[in-house]
Amino acid sequence: MSNSVYIAGAFEHPTREAPDKSAMQLHAEVARGALADAGLPKSRVNGFATAGIPEYKHTFKGPMMMADYLGLRGVSWAENTDDGGGAQLTHMAHAVSAIRDGKCDVVLITLGGRPRSRAQNTGTGGTAGTTMQDNFEHIHGNTVITRYAMVAKRHMHEYGTTPLQFGAIREAVSYHAQFNDDALYPDPVTAQDVVNSRTISDPIHLLDCCVISDGGAAVVLVSSDVADELARECVEIIGCGESITHHDAGRMNILETGARESGDSAFDEAGISRSDVDYASLYDSFTVTVLLELEDLGFCEKGAGGEFAESGALKAPDGELPVNTDGGGLCSNQPANKGGLTKVVEAVRQLRGETAPEVQIPNARYAIAHGMGGDFVTREKHTTLLLEAPR
Amino acid sequence: MTVPEQWEPRETPEVDPETAPFWRAAADGTLLLYECDDCGLVFYYPRAFCPDDFSPNVSPKPATGTGRVYTYATTDVVSEWPSDDLPMVSAIVELDEGPRMLTTLVDCDADSIAIDDRVEVVFVPTDDEDVAIPVFRPTD
Repeated sequence: MSNSVYIAGAFEHPTREAPDKSAMQLHAEVARGALADAGLPKSRVNGFATAGIPEYKHTFKGPMMMADYLGLRGVSWAENTDDGGGAQLTHMAHAVSAIRDGKCDVVLITLGGRPRSRAQNTGTGGTAGTTMQDNFEHIHGNTVITRYAMVAKRHMHEYGTTPLQFGAIREAVSYHAQFNDDALYPDPVTAQDVVNSRTISDPIHLLDCCVISDGGAAVVLVSSDVADELARECVEIIGCGESITHHDAGRMNILETGARESGDSAFDEAGISRSDVDYASLYDSFTVTVLLELEDLGFCEKGAGGEFAESGALKAPDGELPVNTDGGGLCSNQPANKGGLTKVVEAVRQLRGETAPEVQIPNARYAIAHGMGGDFVTREKHTTLLLEAPR
Repeated sequence: MTVPEQWEPRETPEVDPETAPFWRAAADGTLLLYECDDCGLVFYYPRAFCPDDFSPNVSPKPATGTGRVYTYATTDVVSEWPSDDLPMVSAIVELDEGPRMLTTLVDCDADSIAIDDRVEVVFVPTDDEDVAIPVFRPTD
């Protein structure tokens, strides 16, 4: 019996705005889509993971209310870690262990929400105190966007990175987005367009920020025995890594992220090297997020992320490391303010050869999908997955 | 672009037994750090133990209140913040004792701030007279 764990089904909701649906309905629609993609009936699901739904209080009850709503019976393994934007990647990493341990063999993982319809001021709130540390941080009014801006500013100071280099990241993914019929912002922009857009918190401009979208995504993970039953070819999960970094009593290096450690763990487990990776789905809450991930995941030297982006490396299909060929969170989708799972879906599409032909990487064999939650500067959680195409 | 001199009263943070001495010292005009009596680590934010060696033997250590700008960002987009009190300059200040702290810069021209500028602490009152918020202003 093989210990391998596979992604049998992956589905991204086509909507980006769902004013007439409930958040739970979005979960049900993506669950149905992912199970249909896998070719599995709902009755086979015996593992279930979802983070809380912010629309409802007591989000810790997420898996219970959702299993009830979806009519899932026989769930013998459940997971509701909410570590932010990469939560569902964390669920996947944990599900791999659970499947290997024999706790379950068909795991459904769902994401869905409606921040766009609810007109949330995402990223610009500063005063709400929800953790002990907020009393020393949010009380100063600094927001998610100002914290990322402070990182970008320090990166510019230490390495000479320019606003145009941040903009080059959006230029690349916006080029991809034009081939995605579902992308919220499908029009290509240039790095100069990014710099010309409204300043939100210098040096972050409007077009350096991800979209706010309704919608969702789901994946189905299976054991090798279940994969053997299925008609569809399955993508293998060959490496997982997680890492938390934080304020560290005042010693934080804001230019080093947890992606360093989560990436190292995933590559160690997978036994492949950075140069083997054909495609990268990188969490892209802001352009600077991608820039630091490129460096800390080891695709370029520390400080060279700007030059790497500017070189055209991120552009599919011919760039050195095509990134976010669906348009990513910057241009296509950041459902429920948690863009992690859509990163997995696009990586699966690449490895199955199912993306838009203009951005499909020929014979893509290895892909990386990276999620993060929390935020740069204060506390962040990174999860990295390495995936291998069906052979 | 001149930053408003003081935004007051600021929202009062949650005070619990562990952090009350920090806020009270701020209300009295002192920025408080903590020092581990066993390993010597000087740390921020306050805790009743040392985050390095987990020792409970920690002592309050009044800071000089001076340091330098490690990084900063100016914004006039902060929901739930009085518009008269914008723009704001968020910053990380590296204290002369070592720790870096998230804070804001006040009494300054946002366009002329630079990384490594020298700053000193000042305190903004809140509705609670036992609580004040440490912010910084340039000294050069």
